[in-house]
Amino acid sequence: MRLGLAPRFWTLALLAVAILLLPLAFPSAYYFRVGALVWVSALAAVGLNVLMGQAGQVSLGHAGFFGIGAYAVAIGPAHLGIPPWASLPLGAMLAGALAYGVGRPVLRLRGHYLAIATLGLGVLVAIVLTNESRWTGGPDGMRVARLDLFGWRVAGAETWYWIAGGVLLIGVWLALNLEETRTGRALRALHDSEVAARAVGIDVARYKLRAFVIAAVYASVAGSLLALMNGFITPDQAGFLHSVELVTMVVLGGLGSVAGSIVGAAVLVTLPQALTIFQEYENLLLGLVIMLAMIFLRQGIVPGLHALWRSRRVGPLAT
Amino acid sequence: MIGGMATVFIAAAGVPLPLAAVLAILAAVAVGSPAARACDRAGPRRLRRDPHHHHHRRIDFSARRGAGAVRQAGAQDPLLLRRRTDPARRRGDPAPEPWVLGGAIAVFLALYLFLDRTLLGKAMLATAANRLAARLVGINTAVIMALAFGSSAAIGAVAGILITPITLTSYDTGILLALKGFAGAMLGGMGSPLGAIIGGLLLGLFEAFSAGYLSSTYKDAVAFLTILVVLFVMPSGLFGQRSVERV
Repeated sequence: MRLGLAPRFWTLALLAVAILLLPLAFPSAYYFRVGALVWVSALAAVGLNVLMGQAGQVSLGHAGFFGIGAYAVAIGPAHLGIPPWASLPLGAMLAGALAYGVGRPVLRLRGHYLAIATLGLGVLVAIVLTNESRWTGGPDGMRVARLDLFGWRVAGAETWYWIAGGVLLIGVWLALNLEETRTGRALRALHDSEVAARAVGIDVARYKLRAFVIAAVYASVAGSLLALMNGFITPDQAGFLHSVELVTMVVLGGLGSVAGSIVGAAVLVTLPQALTIFQEYENLLLGLVIMLAMIFLRQGIVPGLHALWRSRRVGPLAT
Repeated sequence: MIGGMATVFIAAAGVPLPLAAVLAILAAVAVGSPAARACDRAGPRRLRRDPHHHHHRRIDFSARRGAGAVRQAGAQDPLLLRRRTDPARRRGDPAPEPWVLGGAIAVFLALYLFLDRTLLGKAMLATAANRLAARLVGINTAVIMALAFGSSAAIGAVAGILITPITLTSYDTGILLALKGFAGAMLGGMGSPLGAIIGGLLLGLFEAFSAGYLSSTYKDAVAFLTILVVLFVMPSGLFGQRSVERV
């Protein structure tokens, strides 16, 4: 870590190496699919981490934005005649605009009030998606048209693995760079103390709103990718449980750590696959693993292990 | 959830219903308090030091469980009730609704008396306000916290038991109820037990009336929209005190 390069470079480099080398160990297309799912979830988690980890604001309705992105690429081609590649940025813009409009009053709230307001927002989106069955197919979900890029029909687990990995790499790069900008520093400052941040001239409301919109756009893009990859989408993806899952990824991996969000997403996506051998007890074990991880690595997996590693190296007396 | 399910199971095993209910509450406490304590210890240290945070977690958790029960009672709008054929009522058992209302009121009274009239309750409030200060005046905060989690689990179980005859039971019954209970408490305002009751009742009534008069598919949407609008106008709920951040 002392090679003269910023730590954020190492996060990015490690991620790139992981994306490139993991397929060498994949024995079947199924692994590519799980890998692509991990990268897509990680993208949403990295975005949420900007809001939760950097700005310190909670959102329990983030799956709502995920759902907007997913349904944008489903409804665009099916009902409005917009091609999928154009629906994705349109969905992201819609999610960003919603976050901008609602974020202004919502982000004035603090703590549990903020949690309940974002929760309400997410539930509202999910209810609309479930009930407007003329547009969305209702609780049964709807088919998503295949992505066509210049005559190339994008399909197959392996293709989507590379696409999701590439988009995640860009997303992580942007998120890492954000930490070092004026916005990133402002977010860290208001995370520590809003009063102090305001005292040094930071427009707290504006920066919170910015983080909220960024997180919403990330979630929307991730939702679009998932919908295009699966070719099918249900309102569950916008539901409360998915919101909680996204928050769990960020907290489990380590609040404020971009690498942590990716690790958290990887754990929450792959662990259920690995635990299927326990059949009925799968969920029980999943909960147990998460609880134990949080009890023994309080700051989350990545910061927790990092601190552990450092204290081992320096010795217990030095800390 | 544990409350409702355990009652059904224990009662099915031949234990009389009231005894089954008591056993179920004990089971919920037994599962709830160690699990919650482990989770609490795991909480990031930053959050634990934040006095605001404690305040919410220890005391208002209990209050909002109760609010959930009241909300459900409020949601039993006569308009909907008449159409409902209750399995419990058909068998000639007493109607469950008065039990829900009465139980919720009993829990509220007990909670009020405990927090306001006993030394232990006041110690709990002190711990909620500031854990360090409470420890300095000789309160065993670890015991108090275990008690708070335990009683919160017990109240949750009571709500589950009371509501099971109406909603039936399943492994995930709690989620939506807990969400709405939480929302109701927020609507009323944090730190105000009366607010929790009124918030819960209002939410239930809104939901029931919008189901009857507007659209039954969007009854949940109306409930959450109400909360959003109220919080936009009154950021700390209907009865919450304005929070001032001390620097």
